[in-house]
Amino acid sequence: MATTAAAPTRSRTTTTLLNLLARSWAYLFLIAMVLFFSITGPGFFSVNNFSNILVTSTLVGLMAIGQTYVVITAGIDLSIGWTVGLASVVAARTMRDLANGGMDIAPAMLLGIALALLVSLIPGVINGLLIGRVRIPPFIATLGMFGIVRGAAFLLTDGQQVVGQLPDALRDVLRALGSGSLVYLIPGQGVAWLARPDGLPPEVIRGVAPLLPYPVIITAIVVLIFAFILGRTRFGRHTYAIGGNPEASLRAGINVKNHLVWIYVLSAFTAGIAGVLYLFRFTSGAPQAGEAALLQSVAAVVIGGTSLFGGEGRISGAVIGALIIGVLQTGLVILNVDAVWQFIVVGIVIIVAVLVNQLQASLERLRSNV
Amino acid sequence: MSEALLQCSAVSKHFGGLIALNQVDFAVHPGEVVALLGDNGAGKSTLIKCISGVHRPDGGQITFGGVDITGNSPAVTREQGIETIYQDLALAENLDVGANVFLGKEKLKRVFGVIPVTDDDYMRQQAQGVLDRLDIHIPSLKQRLVNLSGGQRQAVAIARAIYWNARLVVMDEPTAALGVPEQRKVLDLIRLLRSQNVSVILISHTLHDVMQVADRIVIMRRGKVAANMPREGATEEIIVRHMVGTAEAAG
Repeated sequence: MATTAAAPTRSRTTTTLLNLLARSWAYLFLIAMVLFFSITGPGFFSVNNFSNILVTSTLVGLMAIGQTYVVITAGIDLSIGWTVGLASVVAARTMRDLANGGMDIAPAMLLGIALALLVSLIPGVINGLLIGRVRIPPFIATLGMFGIVRGAAFLLTDGQQVVGQLPDALRDVLRALGSGSLVYLIPGQGVAWLARPDGLPPEVIRGVAPLLPYPVIITAIVVLIFAFILGRTRFGRHTYAIGGNPEASLRAGINVKNHLVWIYVLSAFTAGIAGVLYLFRFTSGAPQAGEAALLQSVAAVVIGGTSLFGGEGRISGAVIGALIIGVLQTGLVILNVDAVWQFIVVGIVIIVAVLVNQLQASLERLRSNV
Repeated sequence: MSEALLQCSAVSKHFGGLIALNQVDFAVHPGEVVALLGDNGAGKSTLIKCISGVHRPDGGQITFGGVDITGNSPAVTREQGIETIYQDLALAENLDVGANVFLGKEKLKRVFGVIPVTDDDYMRQQAQGVLDRLDIHIPSLKQRLVNLSGGQRQAVAIARAIYWNARLVVMDEPTAALGVPEQRKVLDLIRLLRSQNVSVILISHTLHDVMQVADRIVIMRRGKVAANMPREGATEEIIVRHMVGTAEAAG
């Protein structure tokens, strides 16, 4: 237990520095990319664009929050992409049918949101029971659920790509909230609250930028709550413990089976929120709403430093990961880079992220041994 | 003799067609160190897992302090005062020392008077206290266990068992992965527990350890108790003969 041979001080300092660098590389990388695109991409450096990136990142971000919990327990949830779609479809259909049936918009919307969130929990509960109690590997269980939820979402749209025929009044309210902002920045005139002000000259209107878009506010609240649960509560502690050593957790009296059910319910829940937000942002419910975002959510989690082997990871990392993907996509579009290059660049970033995280782990061991 | 603290009566356990425990009777008295010996596959681990609640026995009864604990969960068993230190230590190596000592029994505090959160400072402080009591030194309790040595991890596992004022501590090969000074330390800890009237079940392949600290020796063979004798009078030769099964043959 005594300290072993003392290493030279210089190498210890270097290791500490390298360690710090490896730990915070995702933040540095995000900053570097923002700087790069700001210099090279015309129009990238603007409040409007940053606001747009934030809104775009909410979908992947919300999914990555739940995915972080799952991955910390050494699992993976492949079904949440279609859960997003299912939630958006359920919300859209419920609101449409209730509104068409004569109900006021506001209660119809609230009921639609509630039902969508409830329905989104179903695949989570089934995933959790299969994985926690029946011990089916997460990859297989959620892959099966991937297909089931996909089919269910398309059944609800009668095979169509979107839920059609939303009443105009409903559409307007959805758009006002989904594309709205708590605060708008008006160039040269300060800020406006809740709505874009009327009667501005056209050249000013073009410059009006949403400072706090509602989807971003909702996502930020979800981020804070889930980061708190993971970092500060007993539930979060047990999540890490199960990922680090499930057998030890079991023997320590943690109810591992039930905990895993909750983990997959949480994952489905954040996907459900993402689905509802999708409806508000695009004023349509679509089964394939989260299809592309699924693997991006896994990428965001990994880029953020969460280990696929379990036991490691943070919500803040997932947020940074989602932002990196959002900045990359927007930046490459502004630079007029062909969309296919996005896939290649994001792919490289994922692999580099895993390499850096492995390096960081070995650096930590090295540092504690000197 | 005083009444037994732990009493296993006719405990059986099978896995499919494999009979791991066959009508095992086993008792531990207060303040007694019982060595549980046997070859690999003799049923030692299955027996302690039945005692600690990881396995549910298929037959028989286990009482602890007069209370029937047969088939209780690991959590309930710990609450009743049985702590188990497994060979693989059963620690979450991605967590720090305090979190491990309190694993599954986290100390909570409330923020804003309502929201329960883990009280990490308190847990580290208490962990430090019990490590001091055992004269174990770990530089920083904020270290995650993955960065500690094998001996330090063993110390954390023992500290965890002792912190919860266990009346019975089960140790599975506690010295196997340790250097000689750390082995001595563990044996001292076992004596310390006995002096505080804590019972110990010690599973070990190291007969040297057993001869030093055990009060009684129970030898298992093929899922049954092959011998049960006081340490005094036992020799390594007798023990080995019981373990390999030549004792009955020899009469």
